[in-house]
Amino acid sequence: MLKDITIGQYFPGQSFLHRMDPRMKIILTIVYIVLLFMASTLVTIGMSVVFLAVLYRIAKIPGKMVFRGIKPVIPIVIFTALLNMLFIDGEVIWKLGFLSITKEGLWTAFLMAVRIIALIAGTSLLTYTTSPIVLTDAIERLMSPLAKLKFPVHELAMMMTIALRFIPTLIEETDKIMSAQKARGADLESGGLMQRARALIPILIPLFISAFRRADELALAMECRCYRGGEGRTRMKQLKLGGVDIAAALVFCALAAGVILLNLYLPMPF
Amino acid sequence: MPIIKTEDLTYIYSQGTPFEKAAVDHVNLEIEAGEFVGVIGHTGSGKSTLIQHLNGLLEPTSGKVYIDGQDLWADKSKIRQFRFRVGLVFQYPEYQLFEDTVAKDIAFGPRNMGLSEAEIQDRVRMAAQFVDLPEEILEKSPFELSGGQKRRVAIAGVIAMDPEVLILDEPTAGLDPRGRDRILGQLKEYHRHRGNTVLLVSHSMEDVAKYATKVLVMNRSHLFLYDETHRVFKHAEELSRMGLAVPQLSRVFTALAEQGFAVNPNTYTMQYALNEIEDLLEGRGYHA
Repeated sequence: MLKDITIGQYFPGQSFLHRMDPRMKIILTIVYIVLLFMASTLVTIGMSVVFLAVLYRIAKIPGKMVFRGIKPVIPIVIFTALLNMLFIDGEVIWKLGFLSITKEGLWTAFLMAVRIIALIAGTSLLTYTTSPIVLTDAIERLMSPLAKLKFPVHELAMMMTIALRFIPTLIEETDKIMSAQKARGADLESGGLMQRARALIPILIPLFISAFRRADELALAMECRCYRGGEGRTRMKQLKLGGVDIAAALVFCALAAGVILLNLYLPMPF
Repeated sequence: MPIIKTEDLTYIYSQGTPFEKAAVDHVNLEIEAGEFVGVIGHTGSGKSTLIQHLNGLLEPTSGKVYIDGQDLWADKSKIRQFRFRVGLVFQYPEYQLFEDTVAKDIAFGPRNMGLSEAEIQDRVRMAAQFVDLPEEILEKSPFELSGGQKRRVAIAGVIAMDPEVLILDEPTAGLDPRGRDRILGQLKEYHRHRGNTVLLVSHSMEDVAKYATKVLVMNRSHLFLYDETHRVFKHAEELSRMGLAVPQLSRVFTALAEQGFAVNPNTYTMQYALNEIEDLLEGRGYHA
């Protein structure tokens, strides 16, 4: 049922990837994405993929989870690969009417497909090893310089945290309301588009009312505890860069150097 | 033939994951038509899961559910028909109100049954009467009503389907004592009048003792007991070990009997208790 939907796909664990400072993880994820697009030879792209596979191994995330993250983008991957394959000029190796496949097109298609898959898998690794709340905290810290420009960083982070917190609650609530209306004979499964849309009214109205009620209650509870925004607020859990983070940053530097140098000195044969 | 029958009813949550848990485990149950059954059990004992099987909201992992001898899951496309025959009122049912008038909200169930407009109006009036809603409220928005009134509107919405079995999951949760007595009194009256079967899930032993003819006790996903009310409260010690208390009167009379007073230790309703005390005072003590 609805409960099986996972949002914020945190996969608890004890590996050093789980223990790393989330700020460093976000920065390194961005570095990795840049590297993926810099890697333009078989050797360097291969290196990047193997590196990611090793990280997954260390984090002890089962392959099933990796595939689940990638599944939704497969159509996009296929579409991009097809376009690249058919529309890049170069040495023609196959021709049918106006369609032609070139050697360069084939290589670019392959490269782009690998990049997109590695990109999704790489960013998923961040969300698999970092709980959503910690992640929001890290985003708030990384964006804190923007606060000087009057950008409401803390408020934004608080909104994200609250939204994340209430997703499971609202899913549970929806489940309950659906059961209650089904008990009164509501038919949610059959009928045409219009009929189905109308069948949602008995679910959406109670859901909105309850969401507003919860928002009211939460606002009241926050005021009762004298919440007045981010100014002057201290934290229970301080984020600190540790040895693990420095080591990880160094490993990424090595990878980056490797990718750049090998791109230059070991180019593709064509 | 029993109106409700389950055979080895088992329901497992999150099957195939590390969180797998049997919420209802091999429950065999037969409830005769016309009973007023109190359903008790500690939080998480499986009572809510059990009752959601009786109108087909949950499909058993294994085992069978029969309503009036018919297998609920014999034909999946007919499952809605059973939801009309077995009315289920959830906890805090006022949170499901959605129409712009009370009358329309009560009519939601009967309308889904495909009844004629005249019949629907009859049903709405009948249901509103049972829960004692005044005529002028029917055209109001359900969101302007008080908590107790909303609750009664929601209950009327299920009663309006005129189910053969009416199941209520803690219909008095969060109400003040007067609101509670009012709803339970109306239910009793409804049961007496329609002669159908009522299942009342409750945490209050007093309420169960006062209204139920039979009591069903769930304990750790298993059916612990299903028997006449007075027989169930004889298991005082086992019940309190499960975290369920027997009615206060029962405890008082057990203690009195232990002190050597000539009273029936198995006393749990106010009327009976009064008689016992009177008898005792007039020197006609109880002799087991």
